[in-house]
Amino acid sequence: MQTPLLAAERLSCAAAERVLFDELQLAAAPGDLIEVHGPNGSGKSTLLRCLAGLLAPRRGRVRRRCAIDYVGHKPGVCERLTPVEHLRWLARLRGDPPLGLGVDQALRRVDLRGARHEVCAALSAGQVRRAALARLTPGAGRVWLLDEPLTGLDAAAEQLLGAMIAAHRAAGGAVVCATHRPLPSAPSPTPPASSSRRTVQLGA
Amino acid sequence: MSVFWAQLRRDLLLAARGPAEAANPLVFFALCTLLFGLGTQSGGDPAVGHGVVWVLALFANVLAAEGLFARDHEDGTLELMLVHARPLLPLLLGKLVAHWLVCGLPVVLLSPLAALVLLGSLAGAPALLASLLLGTPILALLGAVGAALTVGVSRGGLLLWVLVAPLQLPVLIFGVSAAGAGAAGDFAFWMLAAMLAASLTLAPFAIAKALAISQEY
Repeated sequence: MQTPLLAAERLSCAAAERVLFDELQLAAAPGDLIEVHGPNGSGKSTLLRCLAGLLAPRRGRVRRRCAIDYVGHKPGVCERLTPVEHLRWLARLRGDPPLGLGVDQALRRVDLRGARHEVCAALSAGQVRRAALARLTPGAGRVWLLDEPLTGLDAAAEQLLGAMIAAHRAAGGAVVCATHRPLPSAPSPTPPASSSRRTVQLGA
Repeated sequence: MSVFWAQLRRDLLLAARGPAEAANPLVFFALCTLLFGLGTQSGGDPAVGHGVVWVLALFANVLAAEGLFARDHEDGTLELMLVHARPLLPLLLGKLVAHWLVCGLPVVLLSPLAALVLLGSLAGAPALLASLLLGTPILALLGAVGAALTVGVSRGGLLLWVLVAPLQLPVLIFGVSAAGAGAAGDFAFWMLAAMLAASLTLAPFAIAKALAISQEY
């Protein structure tokens, strides 16, 4: 077993006074895909926010030996900016050369190059979701935290996301994803042999 | 530094894309000055005139502060900032400088005109302008602390007022007196400078902490 990129140790979280999960263990090693399942209100988003460092857990701790890419319910894309402006700003913020692979390439992956110079207010909800997913940077040492990434995506975009996840896992990155629907899987490239695809069930 | 410039550029671009929203506090300032001038039959006491300009600058600032983090919170940009901008301070400084350039500096530049409308002369205008130049950044910083504390609170406008007003009162008092002449004015001027130095060093930390807490809900 490789050292995990991201590990939750005996994690407990509560919303108001209701305990969502208690003593939760989770470890994401390079190439892993961890799906978080559970009914509405079972704490999937809370878990992801905890892993991202946005929320302090009530007990337990999160160890991060990785860079985080978090895509939550809110797109994080300002409607007055174009996708290109948004990604350039974010690249400066993260301090990496434009998202590791260039803004153009990042937008091509989500098939949004045609709208790259339109402000996001003029884009459809699905296109804004695509613009949000464009920031996901593949690579070793990165963990993607995705909260219901399939929301608002059409079939083509779902396949694109499946391919992005496959490429990321093959490159040695890991994904933790809260979802109600099965994630589309791409046949290639194949993830590292040591990695696994598992499910964490919440609210059971 | 690159984060500072990226954020400054972004926020100025956003202001340019929504000029009506950005100009709101400024229009408020100009309109109120005009109404005060008409209502009080200009040519009044300089102490009153400077006081009116300062109070309006303070109101305009609180109005502007309400929207400082609201948009970022709504569209999820704030989450991105908190996840990726570590440390948060360069980003915050960029944001604050942009905020002051859009909402504070225009008020400073308009103040001689306001003095002319209210007092009928430009006699005390340089001192007024200088006091606002020092004072509006303090107001902006304090307003930003309030905005960060109330981010995510729906209809948090009134709460912001209640939180920030007591902190802004000393700034107002020293500001008005710094706009006046004489030894008292000089002392108030240095007090303003000291308050600016203090708020510039402390407020960004308070804002960063408040924004982190805002994510707990």
